[in-house]
Amino acid sequence: MAVEHTIPDTAAKHAQGAFETERMSISMGPSHPSTHGVLRLQLELDGEVVTKADPVIGYLHRGDEKIAENMTYNQFVPYTDRLDYLAPLANNMAYAIAVERLAKLEVPPRCQAIRVITAEMARISSHLMGLGAFGIDVGAWTVFLYSFTEREKLYKLFEELTGARFTTSYTRIGGVARDVPPGWTDRVLAFCDQFLPQLEEILSLLTRNKIFTDRTAGVGVISREDAIAYGLTGPNLRGSGVPLDLRKDRPYSGYEQYEFDVPVGSRGDAYDRYLVRAEEMRQSVRIIRQAIAGLPAGKWYAEDARRIFAPPKDKVLTSMEELIQDFMLVTEGPQMPAGEVYFEAENPKGALGFYVVSKGGGVPWRLKIRSPSFCNLSILPRVCVGAMVSDVVAILGSFDFVMGECDR
Amino acid sequence: MADFFFGLPVVVQAVVKGLAVILFIFPVAAACSMAERKVSAWIQRRPGPNRSIPPFLVGIPGTRFLQRLGLWQLMADGGKFVFKEEPLPDHVHRVYYTLAPVIAMVPAFTTVTVVPFGAYLDPHGGVVPLVLANVDIGILAVFAVASLGIYSLILAGWASNSKYPFLGGVRASAQLISYELSMTLSVLPVFLWVNEPGSSGSLSLARVVAFQSGTSGWGGAWFLFTMPVSALIFAVALFAETNRQPFDMPESEADLVGGFHTEYGAFKWSLFFVAEYANMIVGSAVFSLLFLGGWNLLPWLPLATLMEGLHHVTGWAFWLHPLAVGLVSIAIFVAKVLATIFVFMWVRWTVPRFRYDQVMRIGWQKLLPLSIANLIAYAVGIYFLQG
Repeated sequence: MAVEHTIPDTAAKHAQGAFETERMSISMGPSHPSTHGVLRLQLELDGEVVTKADPVIGYLHRGDEKIAENMTYNQFVPYTDRLDYLAPLANNMAYAIAVERLAKLEVPPRCQAIRVITAEMARISSHLMGLGAFGIDVGAWTVFLYSFTEREKLYKLFEELTGARFTTSYTRIGGVARDVPPGWTDRVLAFCDQFLPQLEEILSLLTRNKIFTDRTAGVGVISREDAIAYGLTGPNLRGSGVPLDLRKDRPYSGYEQYEFDVPVGSRGDAYDRYLVRAEEMRQSVRIIRQAIAGLPAGKWYAEDARRIFAPPKDKVLTSMEELIQDFMLVTEGPQMPAGEVYFEAENPKGALGFYVVSKGGGVPWRLKIRSPSFCNLSILPRVCVGAMVSDVVAILGSFDFVMGECDR
Repeated sequence: MADFFFGLPVVVQAVVKGLAVILFIFPVAAACSMAERKVSAWIQRRPGPNRSIPPFLVGIPGTRFLQRLGLWQLMADGGKFVFKEEPLPDHVHRVYYTLAPVIAMVPAFTTVTVVPFGAYLDPHGGVVPLVLANVDIGILAVFAVASLGIYSLILAGWASNSKYPFLGGVRASAQLISYELSMTLSVLPVFLWVNEPGSSGSLSLARVVAFQSGTSGWGGAWFLFTMPVSALIFAVALFAETNRQPFDMPESEADLVGGFHTEYGAFKWSLFFVAEYANMIVGSAVFSLLFLGGWNLLPWLPLATLMEGLHHVTGWAFWLHPLAVGLVSIAIFVAKVLATIFVFMWVRWTVPRFRYDQVMRIGWQKLLPLSIANLIAYAVGIYFLQG
């Protein structure tokens, strides 16, 4: 049931001398409770109806791409944490795979499986945050705190694995920073077991809530064609009924071994995007369970990544060859072959792409980041027109964007 | 005691009553705000405010319990509003900007005076209601004065001279006016029933309670059970009138930042805050009086019967003392009001918020026709029942 908003033609009324109206221009953001960071929407309102929406971005621009050109490949890993800071583990993995493709490194299956587990956990945590923020945007505070409780449990696991809760910097080029701690996988499984019922409880507050469906169904409808034309990815694209999931279509890091479904929406409205995210969390749990069940033994880094990884410290102090290697690594960075590579990973927010150009040597010549939030937001001027002010908030919530990634 | 009070000059009596209202509403509204935080914490599975305590009280037995209850947090919050800097933005219309929170308080405090909150038995066994100003127009006075509260919202929205408050003010005016209609229509059946043909017609709230004080038949049943549709409409309209979620359009912080009070801070903001809770308390009180039997413990178990029963069972003459009756009736009534307020909070922390046009649609297209149909149905029914 699409809600049709007709925009009264004020100009025509004005010509008839019926009444004098004026459109109001209002700035939503960059400091506004519902713009999820520092997005600014320059809205033009006719009463409560939006007649024009102009996103103004760049308030969180830090020049990440330029920064990348001035540091070695491994040094850039912490910067990837700060792209989509709600799913740093997934960013780490996408960046690592891009550089590994450039270096033609093959990581062992155990490393791949660990990365899949962490990426899917990051997906759950990001979607939980998106769900909670969406709840706040439509006025359901309790959903936010329930989902935050679950997210907190994930963050405890992240901390145990990586030493950091938020900015994990877990991957290295050619592997991960360290193996999973003993017993960690059991704790992840225990989390999964208790998470699914909790998720159902959280969703039961919204999914069949009449107020919630009234607020979201038919709001911010994106047609299939528009979603493709504007380059939407991730749950926003799948919400519009396009079953594109890079984990299925161009599998990486061993995703082809796991069984999971790609949920798609039917109408492309805010409610569909919500449902897609909800289902993706269940599918992520499926993937995590499979990955842990089949977690291979072996190394968690590629042996031939030694030209990138530092050699063991005791060898550096006693053996000539390792000392030279260590010296080269420290002074010039890991030596990458010349070439260029583009890799996209299916991140929680959409397809996060890294385009790395190397002219050899220790630093990238150019590193371009294709951020899903940036592309997803490009459709805002189209979907916001005709919506009401409160709808804009619901639409923004359903987009689940992160400005750290959009502005880079 | 009572004789002494009524022996005082009228002006002094009025001042005492006024002080009583202020001294009652401010702490109760503040306590409600703390209750809100604790209830939300309870709903959201978290402890809520439980940290703050004045350093000189640490270690004294009992204070730890109050600390967990958030009592000191409540005082710190209240103190903060008084001692904070009063911002007065340059772009506002100063007079009206300052006047708006004051106007918000007036109806909130005035309506409290006409709401009966308990009863005692006179020497002849009759039930005499306790009320600060026992006006015969009762519910009409509540509605008339409470509807003035909307001016403060409009004024605040306009005087702030800023866009988000303006939108909030516009929403407030439209919403509050729309729901007043349904609210008034929903209580009419109650008064139709209470005022039988031939009786001296009265809109007194105490009379409604007296009607619900019967021991058998229709009279003893609460109007919640005999007029569920009225109660529902009244409750929904009450949510809208007090700006409580899911109808908190005028402030809806997700899209309008703070709505009409975006530009307010410190003590002026806290006046809006207290007014909102005071409105909620009065609204809950009126709801309890109209539909929940006021100070009667259970349907068909009115206060007088209860006290006589207690006297009979225990053999203590104390139970029939006016003071005991008064205290018990106030306790029962306050318990009902608190339960109603709890429902307010429960709803707020459970459901999402409507959109502005949906609120208007519910008000005009659902509640208003329903309340008119309800009125007609009960009017016909009461005609046959009493005629």
